[in-house]
Amino acid sequence: MSALTKAELAEHLHTELGFSKRDAKNMVEIFFDEIRGCLRENEQVKLSGFGNFDLRDKSERPGRNPKTGEEIPISARRVVTFRPGQKLKSCVEDYAAEYFESMRLENERSG
Amino acid sequence: MTKSELIEQIAMHQSQLSLKEVEAAVRLILDDISDALASGGRVEIRGFGSFSLHYREPRVGRNPKTGDPVTLDGKFVPHFKPGKELREQVNASRALGY
Repeated sequence: MSALTKAELAEHLHTELGFSKRDAKNMVEIFFDEIRGCLRENEQVKLSGFGNFDLRDKSERPGRNPKTGEEIPISARRVVTFRPGQKLKSCVEDYAAEYFESMRLENERSG
Repeated sequence: MTKSELIEQIAMHQSQLSLKEVEAAVRLILDDISDALASGGRVEIRGFGSFSLHYREPRVGRNPKTGDPVTLDGKFVPHFKPGKELREQVNASRALGY
């Protein structure tokens, strides 16, 4: 299955909500731009049902170049983390239940 | 920022759209991402990041009240990997003292 992209999201806004193609494309851009802008200002983004984008400041820690084995410190940095909301988690769990059930049936058939 | 603040922010920049339309659009975008993940798919937003599923192995957990062991099935959890642009911008803001 190919990944969902901005182009498909815009197409869906056009077909589903009747947005002009131009408005649809702008809407998708501005949606992600606004979230990014907030995170850039070190502000958490909370989208109820979907999840929270949080920021974490990490201190410097020792690291290694995996190729050469050479020790190089990993500098202190700020990173974005995503905590899925309850609704999104349960949507995904329903998929998992179906997935494992189909695997089980597959195994029964072949075994 | 909350979802309703996000909707207001977008509506301010898209004055040709009503608040209702922006609200519907935000809901549709979030539902589309959730639906893609809920059917085992991936979401790739250039400049922002990608959403995918990560598998968690089955494990033995404990009932926090009684301490009894409980077997937990393997499961999928949603995962977000920030894109290069987002990573760099967020980290740069730290240097600027935000």
